[in-house]
Amino acid sequence: MTTPMVKFDNVTKSYGALTVLDSLDLEIAPNEKVAIIGPSGSGKTTVLRMLMTLERINDGVIYVDGEPLTHMQKNGSLVPADERYLRRVRGNIGMVFQHFNLFPHMSAMKNCMEAPIHVLGLSKKEATERAAELLDMVGLGDKKDQYPSQLSGGQQQRVAIARALAMRPKVMLFDEVTSALDPELVGEVLNVIRRLGTEHNLTMLMVTHQMGFAKEFADRVCFFYGGKIAEQGKPDKIFSNPEEERTRQFLSAVLEAG
Amino acid sequence: MFWDWNYVWEITPTLLRASVVTIQATLLGFLLAAVLGLVLAILRMSKTGWISVTAAGFVEFIRSTPVLIQIFFIFFVFPEFGIVLPAMAAGVIALGLHYGSYCSEVYRAGLENVPKGQWEASTALNLSPYITFRDIIIPQAIPPVVPALGNYLVALFKETPLLSAIAVLELMQTAKILGSQSFRYVEPITLVGGFFLVMSLVAAAFIRQLEAYLNRTLRNPGGAR
Amino acid sequence: MQLRPLAVCAIVFFTAGLAVSSFAGFREFIPGLLQGAAITIQITIGGSLLAVVMALIAAMAKMYGPLPLRWLAVAYIEVFRGTSALVQLFWLFFVLPHFGVNLDPMAVAITALGLNVGAYGAEVVRGAVNAVARGQWEASVALNMPRALALRRIILPQAFVAMIPPWGNLFIELLKATALVSLITISDLTFKAQQMNQTTFRTVEIFTIVLVVYLALSVLITVGMRTLETFAARGIARGR
Repeated sequence: MTTPMVKFDNVTKSYGALTVLDSLDLEIAPNEKVAIIGPSGSGKTTVLRMLMTLERINDGVIYVDGEPLTHMQKNGSLVPADERYLRRVRGNIGMVFQHFNLFPHMSAMKNCMEAPIHVLGLSKKEATERAAELLDMVGLGDKKDQYPSQLSGGQQQRVAIARALAMRPKVMLFDEVTSALDPELVGEVLNVIRRLGTEHNLTMLMVTHQMGFAKEFADRVCFFYGGKIAEQGKPDKIFSNPEEERTRQFLSAVLEAG
Repeated sequence: MFWDWNYVWEITPTLLRASVVTIQATLLGFLLAAVLGLVLAILRMSKTGWISVTAAGFVEFIRSTPVLIQIFFIFFVFPEFGIVLPAMAAGVIALGLHYGSYCSEVYRAGLENVPKGQWEASTALNLSPYITFRDIIIPQAIPPVVPALGNYLVALFKETPLLSAIAVLELMQTAKILGSQSFRYVEPITLVGGFFLVMSLVAAAFIRQLEAYLNRTLRNPGGAR
Repeated sequence: MQLRPLAVCAIVFFTAGLAVSSFAGFREFIPGLLQGAAITIQITIGGSLLAVVMALIAAMAKMYGPLPLRWLAVAYIEVFRGTSALVQLFWLFFVLPHFGVNLDPMAVAITALGLNVGAYGAEVVRGAVNAVARGQWEASVALNMPRALALRRIILPQAFVAMIPPWGNLFIELLKATALVSLITISDLTFKAQQMNQTTFRTVEIFTIVLVVYLALSVLITVGMRTLETFAARGIARGR
């Protein structure tokens, strides 16, 4: 078996007395598309934020591409990673946020060029080419010089996707990327993600409320409940024939709401 | 020798006596500022155009010019019109006027934060504007802004050394006199600085406590249920 | 908000006109007043520049510095905010020479006022940086930017717009505080006013005119900062 691209090994996260994730074990293969669903407060967003190192974990180890992400080797044992180590391994991961988090003082182009130039050390010319190509890919070739405030939510989110891709990550994280959008703008963002899935070799994790999209796009669906994976499997099985009562209740509630 | 402890002990009683004057000036000045500020804030919210514009212009004018010049103005210019004030009174009035303008902005923020519905409900109950102000609006507007007023009390306290410019025998003036008598400025001025620092830090800590207390009680009037 | 410049300008012209028309010998004093005003402006500009630099350094040190540096920044901010500007001015003027440091009065004035306002400015910078949406930091981490880069390129440019109005107020505070330098023998506007008062006894006119000059300089700062704000806000489109 190949090494998993992402591996959570007994990972626990808590805020004070509140345990958000309880001894999570999860392996994701290279190029696998995993959708994470579940009620709010089930810890699903925390999974992505820990993987992006936005949250420290309390226990366990996360591995990316066989290398420990949250810890580093020191004198033969694993110790919590320092900032320098994090900067080296974090480059494998890109993230798209619910609220886009575009840099408001930079044009779409500049948003996509900033990190490639200053973090990857690309020349201005290379960065420009890469950014232009990615903005074309997300269908915003004509909006390159617009500022975020001049773009619709869907367009902003597509810029955010291009910005994350410009760092050439191996793993892409999508955190409820359509939740802040007006319904009519959801489709354009999902189309871009669909294209990414077919045209690029990317491992993808997405927290989503779009059950239809999860069913059609994901290789595997994980249902989180109370800080644990309550049930996981192929989308067909989870959506049409779930084993757990909680999964059934959640799905019927979501589908009823529409 | 940079620092002479014997000299420090020698001048401490004199400085402590002078600090009483500093504190008097602070409290009197702030009393004036607190009252004047409320009056200015109410005038500024007046529906009569020229009253509110004049009040606003006055506040901006006072806030935009140095308090030292204002002290000089009251001390030197008022006598031209037959109003001769002792230095201490002139200084206290100038500080009160200056910080009254600042306080008026604080009061105004407090008054504007009282929901419009409170006015409408008072009208519906046929309360007179005066009673509405006194019993309904002011009790809701003032408590939340008390910490901000406290900050201006501290700011006014720190401006009292300016009174030395018109020879009020407060801390700074006393320190300068001590310095000129002994040709040692290090100790008196450092002691004065230390006094202000300690008082300000204590006051700031107190205001933080007050703020936390107000945050708790204002959100839940009448105590926990 | 437009009321302020309007009302204040009206007062400037009205009182200045009154004072000048009733003050026959006014012309003789124009050169002296201008000299004083020039000194006041110099100290205001010098002090403001120092204040901005100190505020940035102190705020960065307090928020992101290693521990000893953080303590140093906190001590600087608390000491200069906790004692009054005049005490600081006198301390530098009377006490530093005892330690063998002899600065000329102008340098003392700029240093004292710059350090004083810088301490207040540090809290302005800190507030503005903290007010930048947390998502901006998170996006910077997700793009693997080191903290210094994120701060310089992403956070500070956004904080800049929010900082302009409070800095406008601080510059006005600094202008007002320059009146204190007359007490350490610098012949600024206030010093000139007192000098002329003693020679001419035209107390009413002189102090009125000087007040109006300070007011005009304050209005100038306000208008300048408003312009800067409009300009900056256009470059930095706000919103997510």
